[in-house]
Amino acid sequence: MTPVSYFEVFKALSAEAVLAVTALAVLTLDLAWLRRADPPTRREKVGMAAIVGLLLSIIPLCQHFYHPRTVLLGGTLAVDDLIVFFKLVIIVLAVLTVLISMDYDLGRHVGEYFAVLLFGAIGMMLLISAEELLTIFVALELTSISLYILTAFHKGELRSQEAAVKYFMFGAMSSAFLLFGLSYIFGTTGATSLLGIREAVKASAGMAMSPLLATGLLFAIIGFGFKVAVVPFHLWAPDAYEGAPTPVTAYIATGAKVASFFILLKVLFVGFAGMEGSAFWGHFASGWVMLLAITGALSMVLGNCAAIVQHNVKRMLAYSSIAHAGYIFIGFVAASRMGATAVLFYLIVYALTNLGAFGVVAALSSRAGGDEMQNFHGMAKRAPFLSLLMLIFVLSLAGIPPLGGFFGKFYLFASAVQADAQHFGLLWLVILGIVMSAVSLYYYLILLKHIYVTDASDQGRIITPTYLNVTLGLVALAVIALGVYPKPILELLNGLIAAL
Amino acid sequence: MQVDWTIYLTFLGAGVVLLLPRDSKTLIRWVALATGVGALLVALKNYFDYNAWVNAEVSAHGALRDGFQQIVNVVWIPALGVHYHLAVDGINFPLVVLNGFVCVTGILFSWNIENRVKEFFAFFLTLIASVYGVFLAMDLFLLFVFYELAIIPKYFIIAIWGSTRKEYGAMKLVMYSFVGSALVFIGILAMFFSAGGQTFDILELVKHPITRDVQIWVFPLIFVGFAVLAGMWPFHTWAPTGHVAAPTAASMLLAGVVMKLGAYGCLRGAMMLFPQGLEYWRWWIAWIAVIGIVYGAAVALVQKDFKFIIGYSSVSHMGFVLLGLATLNLIGMSGAILQMFSHGIVASLLFAVVGRMVYDRTHTRQLDELGGLARVIPFACVTFVIAGAASMGMPGFSGFVAEIQVLIGAFSMSPWLTVGAGVGILLTVAYILNAIHKVFFAEEEHVGGNATSSHGPGHEGEGDSRWNLPPISVPEIVAALILMTLLVIVGLCPSIMLNMIKANVEIFLRGAP
Repeated sequence: MTPVSYFEVFKALSAEAVLAVTALAVLTLDLAWLRRADPPTRREKVGMAAIVGLLLSIIPLCQHFYHPRTVLLGGTLAVDDLIVFFKLVIIVLAVLTVLISMDYDLGRHVGEYFAVLLFGAIGMMLLISAEELLTIFVALELTSISLYILTAFHKGELRSQEAAVKYFMFGAMSSAFLLFGLSYIFGTTGATSLLGIREAVKASAGMAMSPLLATGLLFAIIGFGFKVAVVPFHLWAPDAYEGAPTPVTAYIATGAKVASFFILLKVLFVGFAGMEGSAFWGHFASGWVMLLAITGALSMVLGNCAAIVQHNVKRMLAYSSIAHAGYIFIGFVAASRMGATAVLFYLIVYALTNLGAFGVVAALSSRAGGDEMQNFHGMAKRAPFLSLLMLIFVLSLAGIPPLGGFFGKFYLFASAVQADAQHFGLLWLVILGIVMSAVSLYYYLILLKHIYVTDASDQGRIITPTYLNVTLGLVALAVIALGVYPKPILELLNGLIAAL
Repeated sequence: MQVDWTIYLTFLGAGVVLLLPRDSKTLIRWVALATGVGALLVALKNYFDYNAWVNAEVSAHGALRDGFQQIVNVVWIPALGVHYHLAVDGINFPLVVLNGFVCVTGILFSWNIENRVKEFFAFFLTLIASVYGVFLAMDLFLLFVFYELAIIPKYFIIAIWGSTRKEYGAMKLVMYSFVGSALVFIGILAMFFSAGGQTFDILELVKHPITRDVQIWVFPLIFVGFAVLAGMWPFHTWAPTGHVAAPTAASMLLAGVVMKLGAYGCLRGAMMLFPQGLEYWRWWIAWIAVIGIVYGAAVALVQKDFKFIIGYSSVSHMGFVLLGLATLNLIGMSGAILQMFSHGIVASLLFAVVGRMVYDRTHTRQLDELGGLARVIPFACVTFVIAGAASMGMPGFSGFVAEIQVLIGAFSMSPWLTVGAGVGILLTVAYILNAIHKVFFAEEEHVGGNATSSHGPGHEGEGDSRWNLPPISVPEIVAALILMTLLVIVGLCPSIMLNMIKANVEIFLRGAP
């Protein structure tokens, strides 16, 4: 073994180090100076400190830009432009979550809340740069445990506790599945780094697939399937989304999703590049592509159909995000460079859109008395600006042009058709996706109907803090910009993936 | 200013309206009107320039070589070969002008809206701008973007400001359009990759050969997807409910312009790109169109609701458009395109009378409850008679010029098609006359049949004043006069539109099999 240069490791992880220090500082700040202040002031001050820390962590990140890819600790962690870019995405999402949280009633434990939120961000960032099975597992656990704690933060509320317990139980079980799968993968390939696995898989190409390796892959995919909430591993999501404090829901639905999808993409596209199999119509062959095609199809159908009957906005958005996980899997199934680009582009659009939507829900529901559909009646009159933003976010989720969601979806579907342009082998999945987006428009419009069409019994204006309006407005602008002018991000991602 | 400014101006107008304070309703109305008029003037100026150019070309060379005038063509998304490409030719120009007129008159007919004025005009102008975009787009992706963008404002306009079962009608309309556009989406993707996956530009795609097998299964996807919005039988059922539920300006726009979006999409997206697919399917299209003509007219005949009559009449008249397009000969296709313009004006006028002049005043649309309006609001009566006459295909109005050409074109395809469509025209005469009679004249009969028992003989003397209605307002008169003038001008002097249409259809037919 080559001697480990700890300086290099520290340099590569300096952003995470900044965040860890910030988390402790935030905790100390709250504990030492702000105990006696009222909760809103505490939230504001502690939140600002967290944001400063998050922004500071960008500085050490930027030093990695345009540097050649570095691999540390024997292939455990890697830093390249794509990884740095997605760490930036995580930081942005964390900043936005903090901003939303500053306006949300979190009870007495303000410092702890923001500290755990930052630990979660560290977990996500580690997950993005991890390239080795055990590191992936540890980072995933760090992320998940932070999120379990955050979910339970509505201390007085029963549904928050229930959600946290449910989330934890499912999460723990999925970790068991994942660990079990990883152990088989290690057992058959003799490697824990993705590149090592890739070599082993390549070497066994042509031979019959080892049943042990296949079992390992299956269990690992099940484990990841829990994390990204696809059918049939989605059962925790609606309850956790509904019960968690809304900013935490936003965090689970965006930051954690982005990181999990990113690492799943890397595991499958890098580690198991030789075991795709096929999901082309009439030419099904076993491999991860087929697994993902089936779970993706199920997610699109079940997520969209179940969302129709929901009366709670957060629960509806939970089912919609299950459906979106299904759309994202279409890009995986394409198993091509275009598919990977489409997945990453869609992840960014999806995360911003969902964060915006949950942000609006957080801001409005705390003032309108709840997050049921009827609490949003007549919002167009009571809070015209936030309603307009909600219109933009929801329509982007529905895939209406010229918003980001439309182009993201178009590109995902295009990548699937392109994977077998001769015989349209994946057209069945694309048709299912397109039909299901038509279904999804129905429930999205029902939500907008409650906001725009139905009259409210309570006509009082809802005033939200300016910083929140500006933040969410900027997110909406980003969503529009990604749809109207997707070229720069698309080309950036395409270029970065080439390096992978 | 090039004609693409119609899009930008209208979007800008929508943005300005959104920024105005919500209580200054008059200001909002005037800003909307100014936007509409501005866009219309831009469209008209360019229209006449283009018309002069076409006439000069035709007299110089005998025919047009390339009917397109490029406006803007820049790469938008290189990864997919998407271009921001706008262009005009003799096929979309009449429709652009139609949209301009319907926009202006729609705003005038919406002058009395008091509830959430600001949002109404913001949605309305967004819809108008997207429609301009669809007509001008020469890139299939761009066309699709504008097409889907047009769906959402319709929902809100109907669901918020509509009447009778508005939420149901609005949702039905949106779901139909969206399912239609889903079919188009699949078709577009399939076509894009079979044509090499390089470009979405329609004028480029025409040059890429697509195998006949692919054409045969992709053509119906795109055609039917668009035709849903054109009210093609049996996918027309959104149209009557949607039209009836919509507020006046929206039903004008739906029947007048949005249904043409569908037909236009069929022509540009399906027929231009899949000549062999068209060849394979054209008999199906023609017969389905004839069924639509007869079915729509027959159902209109038995309706009890005034607005439903007009709703079904739109289905019937759009059948002529599809029939004309399927003929694939010069006279039939030119007639179809002229019919799009003509029916746009006629339907707007009819819906304006039904929704604004009659329903907003009487608050009923049941034929049995109406009657004798000719003496109370004579202007509405005159307007309806003129629009009805144009709808029946009376010589002297644009409808005649259009429908006779479609009939002649269909005759050369098969005389039976003409016979079927002729039956439709007869039925049209019947339901229009029936509606005129029951709504505007049937006083004695109505009062006699209904009122002798309840009101007694004393009612006879006050026959006139059974309706105590506010008079027709100035914006209504202005708007109705604009539309009626158009009907007559195009009817008496069709060449101002037909010349450019014919010249461009000729080019299309040269490329067709």
